Amino acid sequence: MTDTLLQTKNLQAWYGESHILHGIEFSVPKGQIVTLLGRNGAGKTTTLRSIMGLVKNRTGSVVHEGTETIKLASNQIAKRGIAYCPEERGIFSSLNVKENLQLPPVIADGGMSEERVYELFPILKTRGNSQGTKLSGGEQQMLAIARILRTGAQLLLLDEPTEGLAPVIVQQIGEIIKRLKDEGFTILLVEQNFRFAERMGDVHYVIEHGEVVDRFERAEIANNREKITGYLGV
Amino acid sequence: MTDTTKTDFNRAGEAKAGTASTSGAAAVLTDIRLWSAIGIVVLLILPHYVYPVMIAKVLCFALFAAAFNLLLGFAGLLSFGHAAFFGMSAYVTGYCLQSLGFTAELGILAGTAAGALLGLAMGLLAIRRQGIYFAMITLALAQMVYFVALQAPFTGGEDGLQGVPRRDLFGIIDMSSNMNVYYLVLGVFCIGLFIVYRTVHSPFGQVLKSIRENEPRAISLGYDADRYKLMAFVLSAALSGLAGSTKVMVFQLASLTDIQWQMSGEVVLMAVLGGIGTMVGPLVGATIIITLQNELAQIGSVSTIVQGAVFVFCVLAFRRGIVGEIKHRWTTWRGRS
Amino acid sequence: MDFLGVPFPVFAGQLLIGLINGAFYAVLSLGLALIFGLLNIVNFAHGALYMVGAFVAFLLLDILGIGYWPALLLSPIIVGLFGMVIERFLLRPIADLDHLYGLLLTFGLALLIEGFFRQMYGVSGETYAIPSILQGGFNLGFMFLPTYRAWVIVAAIIVCGATWFLIEQTRLGATMRAAVENADLVRAFGVNVPLLVTLTYGLGVALAAFAGVLAAPIYSVNPLMGSNIIIVVFAIVVIGGLGSIKGAIISGFLLGLCEGLTRVYYPEASNIVIFVVMAIVLVVRPAGLFGKTA
Repeated sequence: MTDTLLQTKNLQAWYGESHILHGIEFSVPKGQIVTLLGRNGAGKTTTLRSIMGLVKNRTGSVVHEGTETIKLASNQIAKRGIAYCPEERGIFSSLNVKENLQLPPVIADGGMSEERVYELFPILKTRGNSQGTKLSGGEQQMLAIARILRTGAQLLLLDEPTEGLAPVIVQQIGEIIKRLKDEGFTILLVEQNFRFAERMGDVHYVIEHGEVVDRFERAEIANNREKITGYLGV
Repeated sequence: MTDTTKTDFNRAGEAKAGTASTSGAAAVLTDIRLWSAIGIVVLLILPHYVYPVMIAKVLCFALFAAAFNLLLGFAGLLSFGHAAFFGMSAYVTGYCLQSLGFTAELGILAGTAAGALLGLAMGLLAIRRQGIYFAMITLALAQMVYFVALQAPFTGGEDGLQGVPRRDLFGIIDMSSNMNVYYLVLGVFCIGLFIVYRTVHSPFGQVLKSIRENEPRAISLGYDADRYKLMAFVLSAALSGLAGSTKVMVFQLASLTDIQWQMSGEVVLMAVLGGIGTMVGPLVGATIIITLQNELAQIGSVSTIVQGAVFVFCVLAFRRGIVGEIKHRWTTWRGRS
Repeated sequence: MDFLGVPFPVFAGQLLIGLINGAFYAVLSLGLALIFGLLNIVNFAHGALYMVGAFVAFLLLDILGIGYWPALLLSPIIVGLFGMVIERFLLRPIADLDHLYGLLLTFGLALLIEGFFRQMYGVSGETYAIPSILQGGFNLGFMFLPTYRAWVIVAAIIVCGATWFLIEQTRLGATMRAAVENADLVRAFGVNVPLLVTLTYGLGVALAAFAGVLAAPIYSVNPLMGSNIIIVVFAIVVIGGLGSIKGAIISGFLLGLCEGLTRVYYPEASNIVIFVVMAIVLVVRPAGLFGKTA
């Protein structure tokens, strides 16, 4: 049994009056890739946002490295070593590529140097002075991942990094994610694209209507393929 | 940048929703006609006990605040330039009575028309932007009107129009006594408030409300939101003008005080303190602010300081205003029992 | 020597006054734009705090004997700190409400501050001497240029340029720009955005105070000096749009010049020309000259 880096218990969240998460429970072992699967609107993104402290109205428990974070503000959560790559990438249009890359402050030692980041994403080096949102979708996605690697955070939350991208780019992103795992990062990945997720994940959780309804280890997938496609409606 | 949280600003006025099926005694307690009747009777008797000019002043400002509140509370538009209508109408009425020899009712009508016209001009410009910009534009345009009033020949400049004659009403009813003027003001006030009430409870008012809650949706339903906003703006300006014109009858004076930006701020304060989006709130707010000013008038700028403090306090801790708060407590209490 | 129908010295003199007014407009609308970007409120107290800036300079001299040059630094710091207290304890509690509440609250603050100074110092105003090194002037041949007025323009340009550099060219500025776009995400990267907001309000207000100190030797230090100028600045901000730093600076200077020119050719309208320009802009380009959306 490996160490648990992040664990949620009975995580509930609300947007205004609507109750979105009804007690999400899962754990993320150190050094592994955990995916959250589920249909549109199941609560995957809200789960990430709640972990990150971006949903104001939330209860339950999120423990990161032994510390309860449910009451912390999102900047304090980030400072603990959790980095977030949001849905639709969140590239800032008023910042150029270099500024986007340098935006997240370094919160701990051990982050990648800028040179290492450019080595992983050579395309970004050539586009340094372009406006962030002038990049192609794939480039923006790479920028969104690249900028959180410098900070020294060890847990990466990635929200649908393949959304809307061409297959060849998806493959590149997949390679990068695997490489990040090899370098010791722990990754919590939200995906709709099951083919992609199954290649990445060590553990998969299925979310429906704001609850975790099933859990599969990588080895269990082959025997449960039908069940999973049933969940996801693919 | 449009504000998506617009609805929040007006939640104070929502208290009456869901009270349709009140029963027996409660229905009597919330019956608008009963309360209006009681209110009118009180206002008819009151000048025999309190100095009528004082109450007349309160009523003028209450009407002014109700006109402002029509725009903010029911259309969601915060104008910081309502002094322009109040003041310009006062000048026009003053000029008509003093130099043109109009009778009282024609003078007041002329002033009101001037307010409406000015409202049309300012409204056409201001509704082109929303939220904070709307507030700034109305403020700036009103300041322009102020400078015009300062320099134009018919306003008397720094002195204003003093000693405006109280001409006979319809040419026959004598207006020289304070008591008669008071009853004129009361009549105007009742008519004005009735117009506000009817407007809010008309289909037009419903459309305004839906624009306030969600403008894109209202537009997609086929409503020309800008036209509705403009109509509300003009109506509010006209009623503010009516209040300003009537004030000239009371004080026989139209001056720069009526038209400067502090006056715009005062009317905002009256509405906020009394309760945005309520019928009685403006009257309550005006009563308190006018009383406050009278009490503090002797000690320099203390009145300004107190008004500023009341503003800050209302925004921080008392956003429903007095009447809104009472209504809210009443509704929750009704809901529980 | 006539220039466009008026004696050139008259023309140049009014243009100079326009440029000086423009300098104040630019510094004030720059502060408003900074604050608007991060807080989404229009700071009605801006004029009052400009006045406080002038008064702090006056009081530093009057009570402590501290002169113009230190005051040029101290007054913005003092007023900036005061502004940070305002932001932390009055504006933050209502940050999640409709932004119109922010306007109302700062309006109330403006009344409070102005009323306080009126109560203490009356409305006649206090004089503040031009520092000795900036007294006198240059004879340009066609007109006399008072040194202090030249200094005001230079100082305003320097401060505007420095602020522009801070916002557009530094990491802190990039963080601020990002927070304007998406404060939540910036916060999720570990940036203490609430602190950044407080600092921004402090900086915006400090700019107003700086303008106040600059103004002190030109105009009398008067409790009403802020409310007279702030409405004009609001109109300028509507014209330029609050979205851009550059827009605020440029429209400030341009409209000051525009006012000066009007004073040459049609002095009666000089009070209202900026409002007229605003009306025209609203008709022709409702989003403002530099604005993207309404």
